[in-house]
Amino acid sequence: MMKAQNVIEVDNLSKLFGDFVAVNQISFHVKAGEIFGFLGANGAGKTTAMKMLIGISSPSSGKATVAGFDVYKQAESIKKNIGYMSQKFALYDDLTVKENITFFGGIYGLSKKQIDQKRCELVEELGLQEVTNSLVASLPLGWKQKLAFSVSLLHEPKIVFLDEPTGGVDPITRRQFWELIYKAAHNGTTIFVTTHYMDEAEYCDRVSIMVNGKIDALDTPKKLKEQYKTDTMNDVFLKLARG
Amino acid sequence: MLPIIFILPVLQLVILSNAATYEIKNITFGYVDADNSSTSRGLIERFEASTYFNVSEKFSSQKDAYTAMQDGSVDVYLSIPTNFESDLQENQHNEIGVFIDAIDGSAAGVINVYATQIIRNYNNHIATDLIQVSDSVQQPSSIDSTPLFWYNETLNYKTFMVPGILVLLVTMITLFLSGMNIVREKEIGTLEQINVTPIKKYQFIIGKLFPFWVLGMGLLTVGLMLAKVIFNVPILGNLLLLYGYTSVYILVILGMGLFISNFTDTQQQAMFIAWFFIVIFILMSGLFTPIESMPKWAQILTEFNPIKYFVEIIRMVMLKGSGFTDIFPLAIKTLAYAIVMNGLAVWSYKKTT
Repeated sequence: MMKAQNVIEVDNLSKLFGDFVAVNQISFHVKAGEIFGFLGANGAGKTTAMKMLIGISSPSSGKATVAGFDVYKQAESIKKNIGYMSQKFALYDDLTVKENITFFGGIYGLSKKQIDQKRCELVEELGLQEVTNSLVASLPLGWKQKLAFSVSLLHEPKIVFLDEPTGGVDPITRRQFWELIYKAAHNGTTIFVTTHYMDEAEYCDRVSIMVNGKIDALDTPKKLKEQYKTDTMNDVFLKLARG
Repeated sequence: MLPIIFILPVLQLVILSNAATYEIKNITFGYVDADNSSTSRGLIERFEASTYFNVSEKFSSQKDAYTAMQDGSVDVYLSIPTNFESDLQENQHNEIGVFIDAIDGSAAGVINVYATQIIRNYNNHIATDLIQVSDSVQQPSSIDSTPLFWYNETLNYKTFMVPGILVLLVTMITLFLSGMNIVREKEIGTLEQINVTPIKKYQFIIGKLFPFWVLGMGLLTVGLMLAKVIFNVPILGNLLLLYGYTSVYILVILGMGLFISNFTDTQQQAMFIAWFFIVIFILMSGLFTPIESMPKWAQILTEFNPIKYFVEIIRMVMLKGSGFTDIFPLAIKTLAYAIVMNGLAVWSYKKTT
């Protein structure tokens, strides 16, 4: 029964900046444990939509709940239940790997013991033993991204939001990154991910494609390809984005 | 960065305290002596003997003297008319011209006082001579006032300036660093990450305040030690009182910095606004110009200037040895200020856009 539960429900959600409609009455839902791909061209409104869901931007109209909490009134409760990794690398460059883990663990209210335990697991999983006491600034980008993802999972959130997590990363690291995503999804975490890489879209359980503030398509990659009569998600995307 | 934060203020304290002086020395002095009598030469000698004036040259005409003042090679010149001595003996009255370069008005005022003093002394001196010569029955009587300077007996300007400059340093460093802090995180993107966490607004602001608060107290300590060791500024009051007051004062400045930081999007903007306020605060703090001589409206404005509070209090505590009851009214104002500024800082920090 857990599988059928919706952890994100969005109903006619809109965001206006003056006269400009950034997000235009989008509706969708995401099931628990799902890997949900949130696709769209640059400027299509993905990031704006995501910011409303993670509680740092107030919607103009419509309804949405995340992890059972209302985005208007319970933004702080949402924040306790989600993890977020932004497009910009957002750990503290001038803190060490260990300090970053301690800091973010502390913000989420983990005890010292929990943090220590989480840190050991994380360091081992990512193979960061050599660099735990190095400044994060000194790590290669790929490592940083994996570390940021793992840090966003520290407090075992129900949902993790990833905003273009693999931008600028080499194919091998991207592959490793997706292995981490799969692992988290396997453990029951819902993944909400935006990306520009269409091969990554293929990895998702379901994919939505945003064009000019609206969701134009939403289904499994397989069904989308059938519907648009192409072999790759790339072509599906191009057909939609070009209108 | 940390060594820089400490070394630069120390340099500033040492340089500024030695350089920023109210004393006017080495005034270049010239004269036009049309009389060339023993009385006029006697007056010039008085100027030569003074430690304030450096006699540069004797000008042959008013025109030469004027040219010299125009090109800045002389600060003040004396114009002694022909028949200076004879007029003085006949009429017991005479006039001489003192021309002062008054581009720097306050310096000109001081030069005027020095020159007048020398001339008056000389006048008294020759008046007595003349009276003796004319055998008058009436002895000149005059009232002499002897000033007694309290709290800074030797009128040492460093005693006056060092505590004030120390206030500036503590204020500037803490305002700039805190002002650029949150906005820097906006630029890097870590603030967005923080905003997505369940951290409480007051927790975030306290976390931001605390390191700079420690830094400010550290700067005060270093500054006080230098004041004592290098400048031998007396510390008559209770150090604990000074630290207690400073701990509240720094909160005012940090609250202000964080408030600015919350309202700006880039470090340049934050820097610009912080500069704007710091310049007004410094110039209206009573550190360089006395508040009593400002126009009424400006005096009212200074009531909202935290630097003014601190300059006043640090001088009171260090130089006068004032106690808690003396500084109480200002301390309460500072506390209220701290509560308002930090309230604003927490209020203006928005976790949503």
